Amino acid sequence: MSAKQYISDVVNAVSSLLTGMKRTGYYFFHHKEIITEEYPDNRATLKMAERFKGEVVMPHDENNEHRCTGCTACELACPNGTIKVVTKFDITPEGKKKKAIDKLVYHLELCTLCNLCIESCPSDAIIMAQTFEHSVFNRAELTKVLNKPGSKIMEGVE
Amino acid sequence: MYRETEIVTDMGNDLVINVGPQHPATHGVLHLVITLNGETIKKVEPHLGYIHRSIEKMCESLTYRQFIYVTSRMDYLSAHINNHACALCIEKGLGLEIPPRAQAIRVLMDELTRIASHELWWGAMAMDLGAFTPFFHAFRERETITDIMEETCGARLTMNYMVPGGVMQDLHPSFQQKVKDFLVLYKRKIHEYDEMVTGNVIFQNRMKNVGYLSPEDAISYGVTGPSARGSGVKCDIRKLYPYEIYDKLQFDEVLETGGDSFARYMVRLREMNESIKIIEQLIDNIPEGDFQAKTKAVLKLPKGEFYTRVETARGELGVYIVSEGGTTPYRIKFRSPGFSNLSVLDHIARGSKLGDLVAMMGTLDLVIPDIDR
Repeated sequence: MSAKQYISDVVNAVSSLLTGMKRTGYYFFHHKEIITEEYPDNRATLKMAERFKGEVVMPHDENNEHRCTGCTACELACPNGTIKVVTKFDITPEGKKKKAIDKLVYHLELCTLCNLCIESCPSDAIIMAQTFEHSVFNRAELTKVLNKPGSKIMEGVE
Repeated sequence: MYRETEIVTDMGNDLVINVGPQHPATHGVLHLVITLNGETIKKVEPHLGYIHRSIEKMCESLTYRQFIYVTSRMDYLSAHINNHACALCIEKGLGLEIPPRAQAIRVLMDELTRIASHELWWGAMAMDLGAFTPFFHAFRERETITDIMEETCGARLTMNYMVPGGVMQDLHPSFQQKVKDFLVLYKRKIHEYDEMVTGNVIFQNRMKNVGYLSPEDAISYGVTGPSARGSGVKCDIRKLYPYEIYDKLQFDEVLETGGDSFARYMVRLREMNESIKIIEQLIDNIPEGDFQAKTKAVLKLPKGEFYTRVETARGELGVYIVSEGGTTPYRIKFRSPGFSNLSVLDHIARGSKLGDLVAMMGTLDLVIPDIDR
């Protein structure tokens, strides 16, 4: 290697390193372009996307009524056995037997949040909630009953 | 790939070391048994199975709608494209026509995933070689894409957005604007990649003439994707066997002829620009209409065998389904790109130095859950 070649190599190397350092220096003085979210401190303002799949919940209206008919479509659609529908028979005022849910048991610890149960539900009884802080000390707390105690099916939902 | 370790009676000057399964230079639980002579590599023996979850067997007990979500867990960096491959194979069996809007959405999502995957690869590979800053720069752009995914699909990594017949939900109303914002951001920031890493003299010295892979060897080892295109092998499934609307789009197959690590690096960087081109063509021309074809509640494939392949960010992914006519597949086989790309590592690493192995592994873009499944 000639001396000329050697010197030009050194100059090129130093200039390439300086180009990279210039980028670092740029961000050192441009704090506004830093996009880091300081997560536990920004809890009050943190907005999750509206379709974010956090956990399955069953919305209830002000009369403690839900839309679930107990058809077990979600249970059949689930790939991991996350949902178990326990049904009972209600007696209607006319004296007829009517199928209704006793419990809709949801195992969050098994759930992969694939959205297949929500897609399969014919009466839009279950939706995805945007919560994501699911850590608990006891594993049993992750098994949830989605319908509230004493709740019943909404009028007009078949 | 695993074989009984030969009984060595005369070690000579050889030294056998283990890289992984828990090692900072490997991206997952990859275990390499390396035989060294001094600092020169004599043999690289990958030992697999540390993250084997028997996905193929699991799929046999799930229905055709259900098993798609499992494939997000194979190559988690191109989860969309894995789901796409499975959905295409099921649609082939059912003979379904996909609405044009669903096709456009699928292609858009695939290309966004490809850019996100290549960006993570770029950051992680620079980190392997000792540069920590690029990782954050890569994640800045990738974060924009994951935000777009989160808004439309509801998840950031394992989306499960593709269903047989189309996509699960329609695009979010803000999708187009967000993608356009991303395109602006990307074009404003992409030159930083070259300034920080590509032009850097230390990086070039570590990449050039390292891990040479000839085109013949690339074909005979079954290497696909950007790793093979770095050796000049034309293997882009999007061009060779177009699926969805790829045959109507204008984009180039990126080819480099160097065959070394630097060529493979350049292929991926240039491929991101091609994906940007595809997104630009589609983003204003998403057809109106249904996002999902009408399908039966319970899918049953006719008796027979079905095979489709797609181009993931790492290479050719093949899905092979054998159906007996029931609601679950009789057998599923995934031809994953990572497995074939790993098999060539021993060939290209022989005779080079141990320090260069990290550069070779980095440019092969190995995702370990994809290799093991």
